[in-house]
Amino acid sequence: MSDQESFEPHILGFLCNWCSYAGADLAGVSRFQYPTNLRVIRVMCSGRVDPALVLDALIWGIDGIVILGCHPGDCHYLTGNYYTERRMRTLQTVLDMIGVKPERLIVDWVSASEGERFANLIGDFTEKIVELGPLTDDLPPEELRTRLLAARDALSQQRMRWLVNREKELLEKGDVFGEQVDEAEFHEVKFEALAREYEKNRILHSISDQVLSVQEIAKTTAIPPREVLKNLIAMEQKGLVTVSRIDGVNPKYRRLGGGESL
Amino acid sequence: MMEEAKIGVFVCRCGTNIGGYLDVPALVNYSKGLPNVVCAQENLYTCSEAGLNEIKEAIIDHQLNRVIVASCTPRTHEPLFRNTCKEAGLNPYLFEFVNIRDQCSWVHMHETEKATEKAKDLIRMGVARAKLLEPQEEIEVDVVPSALVIGGGIAGMTCALSLADRGFEVTLVEREEKLGGMLRKLYKLYSAQTDASQLIEAKIGEIEKHRNIEVLTSATVTEVKGFYGNYDVTIRQERKNVPFRVGVIVVAIGAEEFKPVGMYGYDGIQIVTQLELEEMLKEDRVKAHSIVMIQCVGARDEKRSYCAKVCCTTALNNAMIISERNPKAQIFMLYRDLQTYGTIYEDLYKKAREKGIIFVKYSPQNPPIVDKGMVKVFDEFLGEELRLPYELVVLSTPMVAHPDSGELAKILKVPIDEYGFFLEAHVKLRPLDFATDGVYVCGSAHWPVTVDESIVQGYGAASRASIPMSRRRVVSEPIVSFVDEESCIGCGLCEMICPFKAIQIEETPKGKIAQTIVASCKGCGTCGAACPQKAITMRHFKDEQMLAEIVALMERK
Repeated sequence: MSDQESFEPHILGFLCNWCSYAGADLAGVSRFQYPTNLRVIRVMCSGRVDPALVLDALIWGIDGIVILGCHPGDCHYLTGNYYTERRMRTLQTVLDMIGVKPERLIVDWVSASEGERFANLIGDFTEKIVELGPLTDDLPPEELRTRLLAARDALSQQRMRWLVNREKELLEKGDVFGEQVDEAEFHEVKFEALAREYEKNRILHSISDQVLSVQEIAKTTAIPPREVLKNLIAMEQKGLVTVSRIDGVNPKYRRLGGGESL
Repeated sequence: MMEEAKIGVFVCRCGTNIGGYLDVPALVNYSKGLPNVVCAQENLYTCSEAGLNEIKEAIIDHQLNRVIVASCTPRTHEPLFRNTCKEAGLNPYLFEFVNIRDQCSWVHMHETEKATEKAKDLIRMGVARAKLLEPQEEIEVDVVPSALVIGGGIAGMTCALSLADRGFEVTLVEREEKLGGMLRKLYKLYSAQTDASQLIEAKIGEIEKHRNIEVLTSATVTEVKGFYGNYDVTIRQERKNVPFRVGVIVVAIGAEEFKPVGMYGYDGIQIVTQLELEEMLKEDRVKAHSIVMIQCVGARDEKRSYCAKVCCTTALNNAMIISERNPKAQIFMLYRDLQTYGTIYEDLYKKAREKGIIFVKYSPQNPPIVDKGMVKVFDEFLGEELRLPYELVVLSTPMVAHPDSGELAKILKVPIDEYGFFLEAHVKLRPLDFATDGVYVCGSAHWPVTVDESIVQGYGAASRASIPMSRRRVVSEPIVSFVDEESCIGCGLCEMICPFKAIQIEETPKGKIAQTIVASCKGCGTCGAACPQKAITMRHFKDEQMLAEIVALMERK
C-alpha cells in the first residue's frame, strides 16, 4: 500500500450530457465543493461509453473511473443507461477476474437536479480510490498492462460484443423463440465465454513482442500448458499465431499481425 | 488529409468567477506551450461582445482552424461560441469547450493551486480532442408551424392565445372536462380584486372564438415521438387515441395545493386550507367570527424546503375580504416570516395591520397546536403562549408539483427537480426553455407563481415557441451515427438496440449493410459502443477523440 497522504489518484468521469453533466454543473452553481482529482469527458449518453475504452483508460493508468447517466427510466435516449449498466457490470466481473479491484469502476445515476449528490458521490469515490491506492497496487505494472490489454481485446471480440449487448433483450424479452432465458445461466455462459476469450488474448499478448514455447507461455500467463497448447493450435489455424522456430524439440510461437494497438 | 491544426485558446475570467479562484495568466501561458496552439489569451468575459470579436479577429489573424474556449459550461454557451466561429467562417464543429467554471473554479474555491492544475489538464485534454475534430454539416429540418400546449390553466390559455394570434395552429390539451385549471377554485385575484371566474370566462370566450385553436378536454398526452420541429404526439381522449404532428410543445400543467392530511387537525370543514377557504368565500359560506390562519403548513420544512411564495399574500387577501364583509371578525395570522414581496403586496400587509388583523410570529421548533376550539401558540415576540379561540382555522399550504409531472417528464424526456417541478435549461439564459429544443415551460408547472406571473410566463413561452415556427426551418445537431460500409457485416445488432429505429439493415449491392436514418438518429451512441466490428462512428464523439483526451491527460504523468 502506498502512502495515502501523498497519493493523488487520477479519476476519470464519463458524464452524460443531459442528466449527470448537468448535475455536475449544478454542483458548481450551488458551490458544493469536492476533491480536485476528477477529470470529465462529456458524452451525449452514458450508452456511448464502450467498455473497451474504459479499459484503455486503465491501461493509460487512470486509478478510478466513474460512469454517470440519467436515472433508470429518465434516459434522454430512452434505454441508453440500461445498456451502460449491463455493460459495466460485465466489465466489473472482468476486472475482478484479471485481478483489478472492480471497485475502481462505478456506474451510478445523477439527475440534472442532484448537484449535491454529485459532489458527495465524487467525494466518496475519490476517498475510496485513495483507500485502494494506485492502480499499480493491484498488480505489477507489466502484468497489469498485459492483462488489461488482453481484457480489452477480449471485450472487442465480435462474440463478446454480441453476448454483452444482447443480454438486455435476452433477459427481458426472451430469445428468438420467445423462450425466457435464465439469468443465472446466461451470466454463467457469458462469464465462461469471457474467460476463454480473455485466456486466448492473454496468450496472444504474451507472444506479441517475443517468441515463446508452450511451457514458457504457461509460466508467464499462469494458464495450464494443456490449455495453452489447445489455444495455440486453434489460433494457428486461424492464422493468428505461427511457429517461429523450433528449439530442440520445443516449437516457439509468435503472434502474427495485430499486436499492440495503442 | 486534414490540414495541420492551428488552435486558439481563449481563457475566460468570468469576472471573478474563474479569475478569482484559478491562476488565469498561468493557464494562458500553459496553453501557449501546448502542441498546435498558435495563440492563447484571456478575456474578462469571453461571451461579451468584445470577447466574441477577439475570437473572430484571432480566427482571421492567426488563420485558426480550431477554437477552444475555457469557461463556464457547454450546456449554456456552446451555441454562442459555435455561432461566433461560424460568423468568422469556421465550421462550428471545430469549436471545443473546456469547462473550467461550473466543474472547476466553483467546486474547488479554496484550492487555487490544485484547481489550476486541474484546469491545465482539462485544457490539454481539450487541445488533444480539438486536433481530431472534424467539420460537420448541419442538418436542416422543416418545422411544422403548429404548437401543442399541455394544460388549460391560465398560463396555458394565455400561451395558446398568444401563439394563435401570431397565426400558428394550436392544440390546447386539458385533462379536466373544462378549461381553467387552478383558476376555477380561486375567488378574488389580488391585487386588482378581479373575479377569477370572470377572468376564466373572458379567456375561454376568446379561445372558443379563435379559429387557430383546437381544444381537447378530458384528454392527456400519452406519447411523444419525433424531433425538434416535428413531434408526433398521441393524445388519449375518451378511450380514443388522437394522433397529430406539431413543431413545438409547451408544458403548462400547473401545480396543486398541498393537502395537509394529518396536520393541525385538518378536516376540510372547520379546519380548512386557503384554497378551500376561497371556495367558501365564493359561496359566501364563511360565518365564523374568530378565525386563525396558520402559515407555512407543510412548507419550508425538511420534506419541502421551498417557500411557495404566493401563500402569504393569498392569506392576507382572504383575511381582508373576510374583514371587509364582517368588520367584527377577529382574525389572527400565525406566521414564521411574512413574505409579501414587491410594492403592491407589502402594501396589502400594511392595510391588513390597519384593519386590525393580528400577526403572531411562531417558530418552527415551537409550532402552534390546534385543540378543540382553541389554538395554542407561543408568540416569539411576547415570549409567552397565547390561547386563541376559533370557529375556523385556515391552513396556508404550499403548491406542490402536479401529480402528472413525473409521467409527462418521461414522455417529453425533460427533467424535473427533486420536488417534481419542471427544470428549465438555464435559470437566467433560458428560463422558459427546456434543454431539449422545441419544448418550453410556463406557469406553476415550473415553480409556484401567482396568476399575474403565470400570464407573463404564458406570453413569454409563446414568444420563445414562435421563434422556430416563424423561421420555418431549424438546424439540428449533426451528432449522428455513421456506418463504415467496408467494415459493416450487416449483423443487425445496432438495429436491435437502437431505441429510435434510426439505424437499419438495408440490402445493397455490397450485401447487407447498416444505414443511419439521419433525421431519426438522436446521437446517443449506444450502437457505436456495441458494434462488433467497430464499424459505427459517432460524429463529434469518436472513440479516437475520447481516447486522445485520455492519452493527453496521462501521457506525461
